[in-house]
Amino acid sequence: MMAKNIIEKVWDAHVVYQEEGKPDLLYIDLHLIHEVTSPQAFEGLRLAGRKVRRPDLCYATMDHNVPTKNLPTIHDPIAKKQIETLADNAKEFGIELADMGHPDQGIVHVIGPELGLTQPGKTIVCGDSHTSTHGAFGAIAFGIGTSEVEHVLSTQTLWQSKPRTMQIHVSGDLAEGVEAKDIILAIIAKFGIDVGTGHIVEFTGQAIRNLSMEERMTICNMSIEAGAKAGLIAPDETTVEYIRGRRYAPQGEAFERAAAYWLSLASDEGATYDAVLEIKAEEIEPVVTWGTNPAMGTGISGNVPTFEDYTSDADKKALEQALNYMGLEAGQPIESIDIQHVFIGSCTNSRISDLRAAAKVVAGHKVHDNVTAIVVPGSVSTKLQAEQEGLDKIFTSAGFEWRDAGCSMCLAMNDDVVPTGERCASTSNRNFEGRQGTGARTHLVSPPMAAAAAIAGHFIDVREFVKQEVI
Amino acid sequence: MEPIKQITSIIAPLNNKNVDTDQIISKEFLKRIERTGFGKYLFYHWRYNEDGSVNEAFVLNNPQFASAKILVADENFGCGSSREHAPWAILDYGFRVVIAPSFADIFYNNCFKNGILPIKLPQDVVNDYLARGNRGLTLAVDLVTQTVTDEEGKMVHFDIDEYYRNMLLEGLDEIGLTIQYDDAISAYEARPKPY
Repeated sequence: MMAKNIIEKVWDAHVVYQEEGKPDLLYIDLHLIHEVTSPQAFEGLRLAGRKVRRPDLCYATMDHNVPTKNLPTIHDPIAKKQIETLADNAKEFGIELADMGHPDQGIVHVIGPELGLTQPGKTIVCGDSHTSTHGAFGAIAFGIGTSEVEHVLSTQTLWQSKPRTMQIHVSGDLAEGVEAKDIILAIIAKFGIDVGTGHIVEFTGQAIRNLSMEERMTICNMSIEAGAKAGLIAPDETTVEYIRGRRYAPQGEAFERAAAYWLSLASDEGATYDAVLEIKAEEIEPVVTWGTNPAMGTGISGNVPTFEDYTSDADKKALEQALNYMGLEAGQPIESIDIQHVFIGSCTNSRISDLRAAAKVVAGHKVHDNVTAIVVPGSVSTKLQAEQEGLDKIFTSAGFEWRDAGCSMCLAMNDDVVPTGERCASTSNRNFEGRQGTGARTHLVSPPMAAAAAIAGHFIDVREFVKQEVI
Repeated sequence: MEPIKQITSIIAPLNNKNVDTDQIISKEFLKRIERTGFGKYLFYHWRYNEDGSVNEAFVLNNPQFASAKILVADENFGCGSSREHAPWAILDYGFRVVIAPSFADIFYNNCFKNGILPIKLPQDVVNDYLARGNRGLTLAVDLVTQTVTDEEGKMVHFDIDEYYRNMLLEGLDEIGLTIQYDDAISAYEARPKPY
């Protein structure tokens, strides 16, 4: 039998119907739903008199619009209407919902894994590009548009052309103080914002194997920022142990059978890919983005690029636009960039390990006078866990605000907005123009780097920062 | 969905690469629960200055391009967020065709569900259109013959998946089509679990 990679194995196991000249009709095992990209889909069903085929394979929550303080008041009437619409739709179509105030509520890509809904070998979709997060478990997970949300609601399938496969191999070991976030930002900076277009990526290598599940989620979360259809990591014992005992996971003997199947999904010896890229872990240092897309990033010891660094006119123009928007000088050292805001949160970096890593840096310090800093846990359950560990006290006594769960300042659909012209060190995933507020300037970093910047008031190598503390 | 066969129109040349869906439709306009009415918010923060005045320098504010049904942009158009509000805004504004050297996957898929034809053409052809577009360039797009022809009669062929081509030509309701495969879906669901 021909050796298969994990992408081919999972894909082939979900083909409902195949015909020459058509995309594959692919079965969807889990459909996650949130308030922003679903109302028009439910309305479409109603207008056509259609039902939800498998409400038992859907799970809904509210995350994009929800306030992160003074719950449950929503001042914005349009946001309120959107949230109420999801509650009504979930009720009408019989879909389980973690509503505002529910103990399971949180960012859809944080709660899926927490609840054990996310499992290896599944096909998982959501009307949200960061659905790629769930690939960390060895699932094929990808974001879809609202028409496709409606299609999945109605048929539990999607017509999908089989993507090409790509391996990104991260060899060797990470240096101390370098995070999963730095790996994925370094990959995107090195290979480009569209390197993965048309591909599903499998991340492999020792540096990936050594990561916790939460760190793997950070990597897969941002595979969309490299243009990939999806990103995944083959399941191993780390995966199995993470899922064991979670509420929606198989239990008892069924779990052991499931675990054996999950482990069998790993790419076969000798499996091939349409493209293979490699990066050495030891070359990676903490990354800070300086521009207006996630590929515009460099190591903390580096500088903002200069026009001489680019050859094409299109790239020089992109640099000029980015520098204008970001209010930076070509060649400026990254450490010289002052910040006014810090956001620790988002589906990329709001899990308990992220909060622990940031709290470790923050402990015993004060947020810089010029900086407003907030921590937004990814879910109610993450928030409670952090409070049990006393992390909230570490943050608040340093001057951070400790908020309720939601997408928050990652895309500023709620009240958590960075003001025009101000600069934010953010643990989120996108530094596009206006992402965190009209005219707001976003720099993407890891949680420890964001924590160090909050205290210093500018970017600083967290490894140096921690050393100074010891002295 | 309105079928699409031939479109002849002046192009609007948007000479940027990596145009993300946050720029196409900004997050403050995603709270509405309708599919229509997003056109007035298309490229909002590029069309308007912070004080609400019109940004005269932005291509869509040039009256020359007011009737354009074809948008031409540089590589990796539509990257980032999956928001279908982006193609809804493009369609509602009046565009039926987007031409670029490459598209982000989710945006590309979303176009077909809304009667927008995304066309991938070689970089040098797009560069030529973008350069001439500023002076006013009319293109004739034909989905039947899969060609784009300029005013001088210079014709280029484009590739498109047959399945998606038919969807656009016929203006098909995809869910209606898939429901015909109900037996196959039920048979799949009846299979024993892999564990």
